[in-house]
Amino acid sequence: MTAPLPRLPHALRLAALPLPLRPLSLLLGALTRRMAQAHPEMTRRMGDHADRHFLIDPVDLPWLLLLHPQGQTMTAHRRSRPPACDARIAGPLSAFLAMMHGAEDGDALFFSRDLAVEGDTAAVLALRNAIDDAELDLAGELAALSGPLAGPLRQALLRAERASGLTLHRQDDFA
Amino acid sequence: MMELVCPAGTPAALRAAVEAGAHAVYCGFADETNARNFPGLNFTPEDMAEGVRFAHARGAKVLVAINTFPRAGAEPLWHRALAHAEAAGVDAVILADLGLLAHAAEHHPGLRRHLSVQAAAANPDAINLYASAFGVRRVVLPRVLTVEEIAAINREIDVETEVFVFGGLCVMAEGRCSLSSYATGKSPNMNGVCSPASHVAYAEEGNDLAARLGGFTIHRTARTAPAPYPTLCKGCFTSGPQTGHIFEDPVSLDATHLIPRLAGAGVRALKIEGRQRSRAYVAQVVRAFRAAVEAQAAGRPLPESQLARLAEGQKATTGAYAKTWR
Repeated sequence: MTAPLPRLPHALRLAALPLPLRPLSLLLGALTRRMAQAHPEMTRRMGDHADRHFLIDPVDLPWLLLLHPQGQTMTAHRRSRPPACDARIAGPLSAFLAMMHGAEDGDALFFSRDLAVEGDTAAVLALRNAIDDAELDLAGELAALSGPLAGPLRQALLRAERASGLTLHRQDDFA
Repeated sequence: MMELVCPAGTPAALRAAVEAGAHAVYCGFADETNARNFPGLNFTPEDMAEGVRFAHARGAKVLVAINTFPRAGAEPLWHRALAHAEAAGVDAVILADLGLLAHAAEHHPGLRRHLSVQAAAANPDAINLYASAFGVRRVVLPRVLTVEEIAAINREIDVETEVFVFGGLCVMAEGRCSLSSYATGKSPNMNGVCSPASHVAYAEEGNDLAARLGGFTIHRTARTAPAPYPTLCKGCFTSGPQTGHIFEDPVSLDATHLIPRLAGAGVRALKIEGRQRSRAYVAQVVRAFRAAVEAQAAGRPLPESQLARLAEGQKATTGAYAKTWR
């Protein structure tokens, strides 16, 4: 029914390897704060689980991402120095983006082994359900952070979406 | 046309179900009063009222599952859920417990009552008792009956019947199963959690994915095989030289091609399981089944099901509906 999930080309992963982590963490932090503030029900829906640390492991990227919903932070880390966490979720970047945007079902990705989970399963479930309910839109959130560059950025993201097969905006066309 | 009753674990899933063509959506409050009491899931009373407004504006109904069994001394939680459901303007409540049915009939007589699958009412005598004593208008039949048995039941009752046609397949006497309780101390029937996530742990061990429930290993799945849910009834166990699934393989129900026979058996409504699933699942499954019930109503051939990828075990069964060994 659905095509296999796209993986980022290995060359892109190698090219991203030397990128500095600090600016990346600053961008991820700003994005996380914006999403948390725009969707306060996300943290409410998670309850106590919002205070857990989630290690997001996009297996086709050179970094690990540590998310703390309660603190509204997300930081990037080298694979060689993984931070402590309560739960780890691993899978291709495309799986995370498709799930976040309502294009793929998290349980189906688990059944097909595209996603793997370790650690606090209840916290992972709470995070998954809260994000699904929030109907996030990465393209819209990035555009909102970009001020006067929002228009060109949206166009660039659309082109990147077509070229890569990644889901970069909310799938709300149920027709 | 047969009524399509669709799951919603969140307000976003409710909207997805309605937009995809659900005739009715069923959901629950975020507490122990419903059998999908999972982290991050379900509705506040305010969410419910807003969901009802959204659904009614588009011609869809909202049914609220209050289908666990109240614990002694904690009945007010379940009574409040009934009051919240009525205040939100829902179209029906789905109940299982005798005491709660009696309370609903006495204190909320205008609230339509459906009998949950959790009541495990599988014969005309039981169903007729629920109808006469508590004014139940529809019964959700357990997933243990053949189509012929459903037809026979419908000939002896005056209430509507609703049957599951897709999703997770509970193979036990629902509302009576305590398997998960033995491993976790939490009850599917009173706490609303079968295999609660708080007691589930996954670990990659060599080439296998090990799934544990309450510390008991219940699956070891090879890297190339589909991963199942961590439920004991679909666990894979070793005893002496033998390893296998004792109760049921990890498969999901898909009765798409039985819809015409279910209609012929007098079934009024078709239910899709999956309140714990995402809005992506809800949208895809509801769209597929809306097309199927429209085709059935128009006498056209049913579309081929394309939903296996969404199913546990990534394969489907017609469950007990088409069993011939009995």
